[in-house]
Amino acid sequence: MASVTHVKKSCAVNPLKMSAPIGAALAFMGLDNCMPTLHGSQGCTAFGLVLFVRHFKEAVPMQTTAMNEATTIMGGMDNVEQAILNIHKRAQPSIIGIASTGLTETKGDDVDGYLEIIRKKHPELADLAVVYVSTPDYVGAFQDGWAKAVAKLVKELAEPGPKIAGQVNVLAGSQLTPGDIEEIREIFEAFGFKPVILPDLSGSMDGHVPDNFSPTTLGGTTLTELRITGASEFTLAIGEHMRDAAQMLKDKCGVPFEVLETLTGLDACDRLMSLLTGKSGRPAPNKYRRQRSQLVDAMLDAHFYTGGKKIAIGAEPDLLWGVGNLLAGMGAELTAVVTTTASPLLEKLPAQEVLIGDLEDLENRSQDCDLLITHSHGRQMAERLDIPFLRMGIPMFDRLGAAHQVTAGYRGTRDLLFQIANIFMSEAHEPLPDDWRNTESEGASCGSCSSAAAH
Amino acid sequence: MDALSKKVQEVFDEPACGKNQAKSEKDRKKGCTKQLAPGAAAGGCAFDGAKIALQPITDVAHLVHGPIACEGNSWDNRGAKSSGSRLYRTGFTTDINELDVVYGGEKRLFKSVKEIIEKYDPPAIFVYQTCVTALIGDDIEAVCKAATAKFGKPVIPVNAPGFVGNKNLGNKLAGEAMLDYVIGTEEPEYTTPYDINIIGEYNLAGELWQVKPLLDEMGVRILSCISGDAKYKEVACSHRARAAMMVCSKAMINIARKMDERYRIPFFEGSFYGITDMSDSLRNIARLLVDKGAPAELLERTEAIIQREEAAFWQAMEPYKDRLKGVKVLLITGGVKSWSVVSALQEVGMEIVGTSVKKSTLEDKQKIKELMGEDAHMIDDMTPREMYKMLKDAQADIMLSGGRSQFVALKAKMPWLDINQERHHAYAGYSGMVTLVREIDKSLYNPMWEQVRRPAPWEMQSEKKPATENTEHTEKFGGGLYSVPSVTSVA
Repeated sequence: MASVTHVKKSCAVNPLKMSAPIGAALAFMGLDNCMPTLHGSQGCTAFGLVLFVRHFKEAVPMQTTAMNEATTIMGGMDNVEQAILNIHKRAQPSIIGIASTGLTETKGDDVDGYLEIIRKKHPELADLAVVYVSTPDYVGAFQDGWAKAVAKLVKELAEPGPKIAGQVNVLAGSQLTPGDIEEIREIFEAFGFKPVILPDLSGSMDGHVPDNFSPTTLGGTTLTELRITGASEFTLAIGEHMRDAAQMLKDKCGVPFEVLETLTGLDACDRLMSLLTGKSGRPAPNKYRRQRSQLVDAMLDAHFYTGGKKIAIGAEPDLLWGVGNLLAGMGAELTAVVTTTASPLLEKLPAQEVLIGDLEDLENRSQDCDLLITHSHGRQMAERLDIPFLRMGIPMFDRLGAAHQVTAGYRGTRDLLFQIANIFMSEAHEPLPDDWRNTESEGASCGSCSSAAAH
Repeated sequence: MDALSKKVQEVFDEPACGKNQAKSEKDRKKGCTKQLAPGAAAGGCAFDGAKIALQPITDVAHLVHGPIACEGNSWDNRGAKSSGSRLYRTGFTTDINELDVVYGGEKRLFKSVKEIIEKYDPPAIFVYQTCVTALIGDDIEAVCKAATAKFGKPVIPVNAPGFVGNKNLGNKLAGEAMLDYVIGTEEPEYTTPYDINIIGEYNLAGELWQVKPLLDEMGVRILSCISGDAKYKEVACSHRARAAMMVCSKAMINIARKMDERYRIPFFEGSFYGITDMSDSLRNIARLLVDKGAPAELLERTEAIIQREEAAFWQAMEPYKDRLKGVKVLLITGGVKSWSVVSALQEVGMEIVGTSVKKSTLEDKQKIKELMGEDAHMIDDMTPREMYKMLKDAQADIMLSGGRSQFVALKAKMPWLDINQERHHAYAGYSGMVTLVREIDKSLYNPMWEQVRRPAPWEMQSEKKPATENTEHTEKFGGGLYSVPSVTSVA
């Protein structure tokens, strides 16, 4: 439905996009006792680390191979080896996830090859899992790095095995918060399944206060769980960008899969319920019947405020898909839509045009919009445009509770709808005596209040 | 890259640097970049440092030439405030793609400069080099030269790609870019005998504005602040100042020294943190200006202001004195801030149980010794585990540090205060010290601590499992400690 356009300009202004390597690093953070490591200069890690600390308000485990000018040119084999040995010695993780960067990809480091040599040289590392994923900074965006990391984890670590009854895999896309994942786990368990969620940020980045101090991630998918994903009954991938990982798991271990692009919205939740009912042979538990009814009621109540509203949204493709469809399904118009990277979902979006661009592009198209939805970097443009601003996505550094924003499931959708409708309600314009007098004049001071005045 | 390596060598051999002076000829040649340990390194890169140093110049377009990571992952993340233009908070990057890596990114860079001038028309554009574009050989100096000629507007190369070293090196390379391309290129409309430069002050949380009213009262004009709340023209005119104050010693010493050499602008090293330091700084500014020919009555005027402000400060401290007496503070921060904050906190009766000296010069360390005594607990490189343990053992009541180690304290359920560049409160000058003390007091006496340290109901009932938390001070951080290396984890 939408035409997808790559913006033709040389200089990106106010980037919406973040890099693939830190997307991969965050995926690695959803593993238990893991040390995500970027193969690049120390700054590559420092920027990602600061970004995550500000978003999650948590200590963030992340390391670097600390490449410099000379080691880059000579090749980073020694640095990768030293990094692994140092991390192994100091932090004793179960798994090290290494993502490359623009620097080492430009040089062309063959890290998979390095790892083979390092393995042979250091038999003491036999129990340590090391997974490498290639994520040059200059290709794709955050969610691409996340997707590649998950696919590589499955490829390297999943093992085929006799089916474990009731066990299912949930491949969680980067659009899901720790809160979403907790919600999803509950839903699966309510149908009697034992879900293996990969990556599982709900264990590691949910902001709990541990009794111990750990240099690695605390909580998340364990190495054992990762291995037995090959023995699950089926896989549910949440987010189109999780398709490759699901396919990989099927090819390697024969686990059948389904992809649900999102779990936000009535239709998406209904599909999940049908799927789980079918797979488990159990009827949907009463609490979800009740929650569905609540969501339906929320939609009835909210549509007065969402109908006809013009939305400006900047988000990664899979987050955009969920939120965009929810709003379009509530009668809002996706007026200005910008995303970070290519995805088969984009052309199916209910919008005229989807731009792969930056926040400057979004700002230029948002003049008449009623609501801006993007990550925290939208704060400056929201101020300039003087329109309400709903923060969604990563990074969210100027608000607390980013990890617990739930938009998945009936409940999550219901709360998101209320949140959005409340924003419109609080922005409602009080009718004035002259509102209806000069409607033909160019003043247009009240172009946006005609809908508000209608109720 | 030849010119760059030469520049790096030159910056390392800084004659005015105390650390460098103390070295042997051989060590001096090696430079001062410590070899980073892969897998156990922390901190930003040279590009990060260059950006920190220059981004506070508010009306300039800061264009990052490189892949999305360098700007996309980090833009608009610092608290330098502006009294005018907001352009410095706009993120500009060439966001190079795979084809640029193969064919070179110079054309895209040139076009980017053109687009920025057409759309934003800034007085100047700073172009930051990054690792990837340096590696493929993009010559940003040449592109900037061509763009300057073509568009008739200063386009300044800042050649500090991340992989040449750490943040501190980046600060200095940024300083070199200012010296080579900006300082001395324009003339001020007028000058006065009271014109000063402040070098190495970034106006974080608006701290420059805590000091400026007093300078205004003294009759002193900040001709240029490099770089807090600065405009391009001010930096370009800064060579006409009569004297300079260098605030953050490690970051921009090269600017202060070279401006002294080139333009005979004497400088002193000072700090706006702490009462004694603040007063000394005001006195030094007045003294240097008088030495350079300003009327001597400036000294008296300054002294009167100092007397008044100090008295007001101590009066403001009265309510806190009893509450903060003997409070034990662990101070983890870099360089100049260590000794200046140490003296400040001691002034109100707090006890400093340890301070980091990782980034401090010999001189800094000497100052700390003078302040804290010969047995001063100076921490060279403290691991998160050690910080956690110090808090756990109640060797400290509160930790003051940068945002990265915040969670070491908070997860230990101990008070913590942000004193680094992401902080939201301004702590400079006399009023800033009052704020700092008030924030420490607010933090220490928040009733929340008692609640969060209380054990959960199930921990109270269970006999077998000892409670990991307890309201008793010494036990409140209980629980086994993993061995925590000095990994960046929390860094």
